[in-house]
Amino acid sequence: MPQLAIERWAKSADCAPDAPVVLTVEGTHGAVVHAVTKAAAERGARAGARLTDARALDPALVAVPADPEGDAALVQRLAKWAGRWSPLVEVDGDGLRLDVTGAAHLFGGEDELVRDVERRFAVLGLTARVAIAPTAAAAWALARFSSSPRRGEGDSPKASGVRGVQAATPLTLPALRASLPLPDGERGLLEQLSPLPVSALRLDADTIRTLERLGLKTIGALLDMPRLALARRFRGAEDVVDTLDRALGRKPEPLTAIAADPPPRATLRVEEPATHHEAAGQALERLIPEFVRQLQERHLGARRLALHGFRVDGSVATASVATTIPSREPKHLQRLLADKATALDPEFGFDAFALTADWTESLDAAQESLVEEPSGEREVARLVDRLTVKLGPKRVRRPRAEESHLPERASGWVAAVSSSLPAKLAGRGSIERRFNGGGVGAKPLRHSTASSGPPPRPSAREELRPQRLLDHPEAIDVIYATPEGMPRRFVWRRAVHDIARAEGPERIAPEWWRQPSTSRLRDYYRVEDVSGRRYWIYREGVIGDGRGGLPGWFIHGLFG
Amino acid sequence: MAGGLILVAGGESRAAHFHQLPRGLGDRWHLPVSPNPTLSELFAVHPSDGGWVGFLLAQLGTDKPLLWVQERMAILESGRIHPPGLPTQNLIHVETRDARDALWAMEEGLRCSGLSAVIGEIWGDPKALDFTATRRLAVASERSGVAAFLIRLGGHANLSGARMRWRIASAPSLANDLDSKAPGVPAWDAELFRARGMPPGRWNLAHEAGAFHLVAAAGDRTLGEERRLRA
Repeated sequence: MPQLAIERWAKSADCAPDAPVVLTVEGTHGAVVHAVTKAAAERGARAGARLTDARALDPALVAVPADPEGDAALVQRLAKWAGRWSPLVEVDGDGLRLDVTGAAHLFGGEDELVRDVERRFAVLGLTARVAIAPTAAAAWALARFSSSPRRGEGDSPKASGVRGVQAATPLTLPALRASLPLPDGERGLLEQLSPLPVSALRLDADTIRTLERLGLKTIGALLDMPRLALARRFRGAEDVVDTLDRALGRKPEPLTAIAADPPPRATLRVEEPATHHEAAGQALERLIPEFVRQLQERHLGARRLALHGFRVDGSVATASVATTIPSREPKHLQRLLADKATALDPEFGFDAFALTADWTESLDAAQESLVEEPSGEREVARLVDRLTVKLGPKRVRRPRAEESHLPERASGWVAAVSSSLPAKLAGRGSIERRFNGGGVGAKPLRHSTASSGPPPRPSAREELRPQRLLDHPEAIDVIYATPEGMPRRFVWRRAVHDIARAEGPERIAPEWWRQPSTSRLRDYYRVEDVSGRRYWIYREGVIGDGRGGLPGWFIHGLFG
Repeated sequence: MAGGLILVAGGESRAAHFHQLPRGLGDRWHLPVSPNPTLSELFAVHPSDGGWVGFLLAQLGTDKPLLWVQERMAILESGRIHPPGLPTQNLIHVETRDARDALWAMEEGLRCSGLSAVIGEIWGDPKALDFTATRRLAVASERSGVAAFLIRLGGHANLSGARMRWRIASAPSLANDLDSKAPGVPAWDAELFRARGMPPGRWNLAHEAGAFHLVAAAGDRTLGEERRLRA
């Protein structure tokens, strides 16, 4: 991908496409041009030149510092993405190398594959030079140095980039002379490689300079030299003969694929199928230490883990649990899984067990406190885990304020196991606040401040909201001064409450953007009956609002 | 005792603390609480009376998370807790199908010293809630130092291992300075009918500015109000 740096920059900076921009890196003697836009290239800027030289040619150049780490990260991401074509992907400097042996037919042949790769990179806005060749080194050379990059054998569409198809049977005869007959595929390869300059061989700069001084400017010239002489002349430096052999497939060049870390997994096989119910629990006990050791080595903590019991008849029983914070505490993990493990039905018997972490998060080694008092937050997270395992995530929840005036919507709930610690809660609150503050005329949300600190006393605002809310407002009969007067007496659950004091109304309009047009406004009253009980009741609608008949009364909450 | 005050018995009668007995209306006064966190049982006089919530929240610290366990029936009968009305959002709410699960969740919570308090609401008189169960909660609470509150909605006061047993009813609220027709600061009729190491008592009290104080009985409210304002 020759233009990666500049294209990535152009995408992120969104500048005019014809701006003469160069990306620079700091060199020993000042800034050096790293990548150039098309416009800058037309004005004489070249990658590798000093910025001052380029500026001398055209003072209008705009210099932006390059970001090699960001570019490398993008290549890494692309490598993962390139897994769509082949499972074997290697990041090779600024390029990618894919082993597509036996995979090309899935994309309709090698030509189609190359076209597909080019098309998809073009969609990403990246220029890729794609080449496909029987050896990785040849593909590297073709992609970078061939004027019309082509496939290894025969003519092919304009292909560029980097892609290697490893030769199936690389020859490794040490004394083989270049003039010896080569297998069919290699003859084509030789023809292609011969005109390329020697720098296409990935030798170090000194060796290349020496070769060029000797007049060996192309690979073809190099191939014509006697092997023995070459080997003797270039003994100390990088072995020219070896490099040649790799390019021609006489020596293997294995590809180091980017490794997808397999999840931590501990397995246990039992000699005789275990048919008793405690089997899984006992297996768990033996698996946990190994499992925790793996997590420890990789500095991971499990967020979700599963115990699989493999039955003799080919079926698998699974018990899985999730944790609130990443954990690799053996006791805690065991306690979480123990109940579910013993509940696994062995049927015809388990003959193997595996404990895997489906979801892990990095967890650095933390020193347990010296005294026997675990930190509060971790304790609470473990409590949430235990409660969730037994009762289910829907029953163990934390409050989350929602942006709504309707009381039943304003008090949202979120599963405690998937929400997080109070510290993070507070962080989210502050984001919300900033977001709301930014809007024109946006009123800062009152509830977003609620989690930012533990207020010692209820503020005036909280006193206006009841401590308890009925899930469904219950209809009550109310005697009140029509049409919009204070309530005097109401009947709830067949008990008569004479209202001694009342405050209101607080009008809450329906949310027209999500409720049907027939929904009515609510007038909330805080009322206190003669015995001192305090309730939150509302009248739904007003007479003559055109959304139904007489307004109804409902009780919605209880004050403490 | 001061006129118009419902004070069936004194708060703490031990000699060393006798001076802490409320002298009159308006005195700042702290509830008789046992020195170490333990299990308290709160009976709501009626499920439709939410007065106990205010009484309970007034004595809670809110620096650490709160575990609030509600049985399904309790939610149906007297509502789900409503965070916007609570002094803290830092809480974990647990909804359980029956009393057994609720008691289990409470006990799990009491083993966790990272909580400020554990509150559990139980509806009626379930079989699972016997002396052993309450005793277990009391022991767990004392061991971990986390206060536990067992709320009984529509239940009877049978044998229990709770160290303090309260019966809480709402009382007419104090006068609202801004609007005489509106409810004011909530007041409660709190009866401590059994407590270990302290005599039972019954108080009419309110909570203002971080402290409880006694208020006049409902019938004598005007007198009491005057005194409160004067103090």
